Amino acid sequence: MSKILIRGAKVLGGEAQDVLIDGETIAEVGTGLSAEGATVIEAEGKVLLPGLVDLHTHLREPGREDSETVLTGTRAAASGGFTAVFAMANTFPVADTAGVVEQVWRLGKESGYCDVQPIGAVTVGLEGKQLSELGAMHDSAARVTVFSDDGKCVDDAVIMRRALEYVKAFGGVVAQHAQEPRLTEGAQMNEGVVSGELGLGGWPAVAEESIIARDVLLAEHVGSRVHICHLSTAGSVEIVRWAKSRGIDVTAEVTPHHLLLTEELVRSYNAVYKVNPPLRTEADVLALREALADGTIDIVATDHAPHPHEDKDCEWAAAAMGMVGLETALSVVQQTMVETGLLDWAGVADRMSFAPARIGGLENHGRPVSAGEPANLTLVETSYRGVVDPAQFASRSRNTPYEGRELPGRVTHTFLRGRATVVDGTLA
Amino acid sequence: MKRHLISAADLTRDDAVLILDTAEEMARVADRPIKKLPTLRGLTVVNLFFEDSTRTRISFEAAAKRLSADVINFSAKGSSVSKGESLKDTALTLEAMGADAVVIRHHASGAPYRLATSGWIDSAVVNAGDGTHEHPTQALLDAFTIRRRLVGRDAGLGKDLDGRRVTIVGDVLHSRVARSNVQLLHTLGAEVTVVAPPTLVPIGVGSWPCEVSYNLDEVLPKSDAVMMLRVQRERMNAAFFPTEREYSRRYGLDGDRMAKMPGHAIVMHPGPMNRGMEITAQVADSDRCTAVEQVANGVSTRMAVLYLLLGGSEPAVATGNAPAPAASRPSPATTPERGAERRPFDAEESK
Ligand SMILES: [Zn+2]
Repeated sequence: MSKILIRGAKVLGGEAQDVLIDGETIAEVGTGLSAEGATVIEAEGKVLLPGLVDLHTHLREPGREDSETVLTGTRAAASGGFTAVFAMANTFPVADTAGVVEQVWRLGKESGYCDVQPIGAVTVGLEGKQLSELGAMHDSAARVTVFSDDGKCVDDAVIMRRALEYVKAFGGVVAQHAQEPRLTEGAQMNEGVVSGELGLGGWPAVAEESIIARDVLLAEHVGSRVHICHLSTAGSVEIVRWAKSRGIDVTAEVTPHHLLLTEELVRSYNAVYKVNPPLRTEADVLALREALADGTIDIVATDHAPHPHEDKDCEWAAAAMGMVGLETALSVVQQTMVETGLLDWAGVADRMSFAPARIGGLENHGRPVSAGEPANLTLVETSYRGVVDPAQFASRSRNTPYEGRELPGRVTHTFLRGRATVVDGTLA
Repeated sequence: MKRHLISAADLTRDDAVLILDTAEEMARVADRPIKKLPTLRGLTVVNLFFEDSTRTRISFEAAAKRLSADVINFSAKGSSVSKGESLKDTALTLEAMGADAVVIRHHASGAPYRLATSGWIDSAVVNAGDGTHEHPTQALLDAFTIRRRLVGRDAGLGKDLDGRRVTIVGDVLHSRVARSNVQLLHTLGAEVTVVAPPTLVPIGVGSWPCEVSYNLDEVLPKSDAVMMLRVQRERMNAAFFPTEREYSRRYGLDGDRMAKMPGHAIVMHPGPMNRGMEITAQVADSDRCTAVEQVANGVSTRMAVLYLLLGGSEPAVATGNAPAPAASRPSPATTPERGAERRPFDAEESK
């Protein structure tokens, strides 16, 4: 493989340096590196990050290839600067057996745009009743370590307890979609002033917070670690902060959309804003940003949830929940965290690469940008300003809440083990 | 007025008063031997009902027909539309049919708003009740009824409901009638109180322009109008209240409670009534109860809404000669249909 010299990039937002890639590896990091025999990428003014890692992606294959496939989803991921994504288990069939997770893993290998690490379902069919063969999924070629019934909550306290305990045998972690099901029957949006006015069924904050409170206590009791998906309320932040202060082994994620958007958008009844958990209030948004900055929330995860146009172009109650997010995640984080002064680029590298790789147990992602490390890298033009145009997405779906919105920054290059998957903002 | 009527919040105080005044003119027409006006001749009003409501549909149908519009009833319940076929496809079909106004009833909150704003259709949209969101024409007919009874038929013209105390009792949480009424009655200057068990009041009600009480007996003596909402018996299965009997005892209106109301105060109900649940037969059948009047007033009010949305700014029922019809708008009526000039291409089939 040939050599690539990335010249003058601000590594993790710091001093300008040259980074020489040789084959699949970073050969050298320094100043004034020789360009001999290398393709040169002039990166002056750009920020170089470790390849981004998304712990929460819905790739939809198998089963809903009309909305996304592993190939289109990993192309979208590469466009957004990701080099690894964790594929959620709520496919058709559900990824609750070694066979299905190996299929997804193999499709990821074939795509070549981004590493795909399958997540296994905690319970058979996501039904919350019987544990899936968690060990078999871990022992499969897919080496599953993250388990989640995402889309549904593992609401039975005993099943949750057993799952937390069981995966300790192989260093696994359960990622909980925290949603008390009885409190959210018929729920359509955040419960509060706006739901009362719009006459839409309420999804109260307490339905999330009560499950998180229970699960951190369960994790403490059985000495396991637990990961909380898409934290969305100020109250959830307080509970996780308290749990961490007690030494409970809990990690948490926040989505880009919960860092930027509020329930006020639902007044349009435009289903592109329908998502689960729902958009919350301004106070929640500010609390989530602060928690991501101070480390209470460990990572940003996209919850990239593609849906075909017809599932969104309808009345609110009939519409599917979810938003695509891979191709806009970094821009939203730049706007909400970097440009507000809450996080520097080293912080972004931690929340979007180092920490998610560590939580998910990926050894070759989320590594420092230094000699000898795998060349998984993302180059960002932070001075860029552009209006989001869904027609340009690599994802098969277009259900973005940011259409027509100006967002900062764009990924110009992504490298997966030394191979450029994105060059000058275009998929290679 | 705006092009559509989606929410009671779309109406200013002056819009609302204009509708009520126009409805009074329409009601006078109903007293004539020939009840029809040629005002909307040649225009098509589609009643698009995704949810059964014979009462509301026939009210809109009568209103449109008295204005000589062509009426198409599109009942989506039970057809392919109720499950699976999208609102969008239905809208495109109606657009192709040349609907001038679409009166929509839908089980999903926000469906009329989507219909009006998504660019699928050009016609005026009238919300005839969407999910648990709003039912603005019900609120208008309620306001009309209150003004007539408490201010007077002629004395009320040009007036709002300034200072009138209206109490709305029952399942506010699930009631589109309550949402529209709180908004509209507030716009018209009334003082609104909602009364319900706390389980049936929405979170966030604190931002509504009304008072909230859990105690009906305290509020009744201070009410000029008491509006009883229909309470579905099934709600007790979701633990909103323990039993029907308990609900009736605490929040139902019976003769003893009605006696606590001021002598001039009226009892209202949007119908259909659950006799024995939120209202006893004694109250429902008393002459203080306006339920039947509300039905008649509904037709006049909906005539006014359709006229003002489709007919424009001319007076609906003038006393002088007819002004020349505008090219793109129907001319307002000047006389009942018998005296009106008939044009050769008037469609008659659905009258
Ligand atoms: Zn989820």
